[in-house]
Amino acid sequence: MAMLEIRNLHVSVGGEEILKGIDLAVDAGEVHAIMGPNGSGKSTLAKVLAGHDGYEVTQGEVLYEGEDLLELEPEERARKGVFLGFQYPVEIPGVANTYFLKAAVNAIRKHRGEGEIDAMEFLKHIREKMKLVKMDDALLKRPVNEGVSGGEKKRNEVFQMAVLEPKFAILDETDSGLDIDALRTVAEGVNVMRTPERGFLLITHYQRLLNYIQPDRVHVLLDGRVVKSGDKTLAEELEKSGYALFEDNAA
Amino acid sequence: MSASTKTIEELTRKGYEFGFVTDIEQESLPPGLNEDTVRFISAKKEEPEWLLEWRLEAFRNWLEMPLPNWAHVKYPPIDFQAISYFAAPKDQPKSLDEVDPKLLETYEKLGIPMHEREMLAGVQQRQVAVDAVFDSVSVGTTYKDKLAEKGIIFCSMSEAVREHPELVRKYLGTVVPKGDNFFAGLNSAVFSDGSFVYIPRGVRCPMELSTYFRMNAGHTGQFERTLIIAEEGAHVSYLEGCTAPMRDENQLHAAVVELVALDDAEIKYSTVQNWYPGDENGKGGIFNFVTKRGLCAGKRSKISWTQVETGSAITWKYPSCVLKGDDSVGEFYSVAVSRGHQQADTGTKMIHMGKNTRSTIIAKGISAGHGEQTYRGLVRVLPTANNARNYSQCDSMLIGDQCGAHTFPYIDAQHPGAQIEHEATTSRISEDQLFYCKQRGIGEEEAVSLIVNGFCRDVFKKLPMEFAVEAQKLLEVTLEDSVG
Repeated sequence: MAMLEIRNLHVSVGGEEILKGIDLAVDAGEVHAIMGPNGSGKSTLAKVLAGHDGYEVTQGEVLYEGEDLLELEPEERARKGVFLGFQYPVEIPGVANTYFLKAAVNAIRKHRGEGEIDAMEFLKHIREKMKLVKMDDALLKRPVNEGVSGGEKKRNEVFQMAVLEPKFAILDETDSGLDIDALRTVAEGVNVMRTPERGFLLITHYQRLLNYIQPDRVHVLLDGRVVKSGDKTLAEELEKSGYALFEDNAA
Repeated sequence: MSASTKTIEELTRKGYEFGFVTDIEQESLPPGLNEDTVRFISAKKEEPEWLLEWRLEAFRNWLEMPLPNWAHVKYPPIDFQAISYFAAPKDQPKSLDEVDPKLLETYEKLGIPMHEREMLAGVQQRQVAVDAVFDSVSVGTTYKDKLAEKGIIFCSMSEAVREHPELVRKYLGTVVPKGDNFFAGLNSAVFSDGSFVYIPRGVRCPMELSTYFRMNAGHTGQFERTLIIAEEGAHVSYLEGCTAPMRDENQLHAAVVELVALDDAEIKYSTVQNWYPGDENGKGGIFNFVTKRGLCAGKRSKISWTQVETGSAITWKYPSCVLKGDDSVGEFYSVAVSRGHQQADTGTKMIHMGKNTRSTIIAKGISAGHGEQTYRGLVRVLPTANNARNYSQCDSMLIGDQCGAHTFPYIDAQHPGAQIEHEATTSRISEDQLFYCKQRGIGEEEAVSLIVNGFCRDVFKKLPMEFAVEAQKLLEVTLEDSVG
């Protein structure tokens, strides 16, 4: 069985159907990319998988390691290894990054029946991960996402992912707002984390991220439906011809 | 009782863990207030004639004073004849070794160290000297001898009146006059105990000083009186903590605190107030009507108030600074929480008299449940205060939709050179913030406390280390279950 299996997923917001029957299966060790224009339902999919309560699932199911994911609270999903890299990371004034990450690490450890992490061990762990995303040491003491640029926030999302070491990571437009160097760093961070045990779902508007992260599968999302799936050449095709190519299929 | 009501009850009780009563033989005055009450208290404390006269004058003056009604708080009328004005454990100890074990146990349960720890060789251990006030009397003060070696006086107010009458007479009522306001007037007439601190010239107090106020007896008011004097160049950091049992009736705590800082002296006064706030329906709880004021009498002197107010049914207090000395500095850092049916009307007054005087106000108010929170502050720059500066920041956070936050900043600038800045914000814990925390595995309650702690950070970092941790924990307990 696939690590994440989405079956006939229908999702509405305020009575309006956004996702109209998504079928998708991601195996451990795979990287899948979901591409689509604005308003196609990409971010809705990411948020539903993470457990945001602003969306109503009207049909279908999502299995994560064989378990009904939609039954779980957002924090339970996170503790079981589901990570969402936010499109718009949220500011938490006055809460230092280290403090925030430690709370998260300990919540996950507690769920696994492990004790709180030793302070020195924790520091060593996060220092190591900072190098991975070329992050400045000063960031650790700074409040979560406060007073930093959009690009820095995205880099911080990848840093958090590296620290929390999830089993399944969804990155929602992590590439948008990044300059080319930052994009490369973020991609390297993801590539280092690609292991046979971990699955990824990359949500992106542009093909350029996929120059740095080679996906196993690419899915095109249009108007709440996956209209085409293929290998990485599909992304290149999209880059050349645009989404118009698939619009007939969507209708 | 159904399972769910039981859970709710457990949760609301869990919110106040200091609500126990110490079963100890006490002697107390029957309820009632007249000149004889004042005479009794004064006689009980073997006070000199001048102090009895001072009290009586305060009492006669108080009888003429109307009850103030300008605060943004609602409460039933207080029957001043229904309160007992004196309660004390029957056996008065002569020294720390003789203190009733039940009392020591009480302080143990509250986490207050009443034993003087020996310094371990090679181990850096912070020492904290404690004066423990139980209802109307001080039951013990630690590290007195060690402090005396440096000429520091740290004792109960009653003892100070006996042992150092000249100092008490010189300073008592000089910062908060006995007719200052209704509750200060009442306190001046019937004040029982509190702490007295005197730091001699040029001395830096080698440890934190703290007073722990415990109200135990029912139907009793606590009228503490604290006086801290820092001579030229002296430094002291002082902390007070407060708790009380859970009782159905409201109890009055009307304290007066006076601080005097001479040239180049510095006083840092921190409060962690956790009086019983009343039950989930707003029944019971402490009325905390307090007058606190510091006088920066000397040049370059500094007084800093830091308060964390999480308890009391009603809090009504404005720790203030009178900046008389040139180049003196006043600071006020406050976190106040009102949840359940708590009401807080708190803030500060900064009175600039001297030249180049500076003041900073940072107030953080958190309202949850049906809590009502008011910041009220006055910044006054007198014509003598050339080049005075003030910066004020008042932030309110609302949790839920039944609570309220109000801000009443008064500014009175009588010198054209005054620079006064005021910033204010009101915020909520957003759904986005909660979702973000949850997505990282952090549960809802922990997320709320994390976000609230972040909101209060500017104030918490002003607290002495040991107490900053205590304050954070207190906030966690206080806000437990406040998000529905």
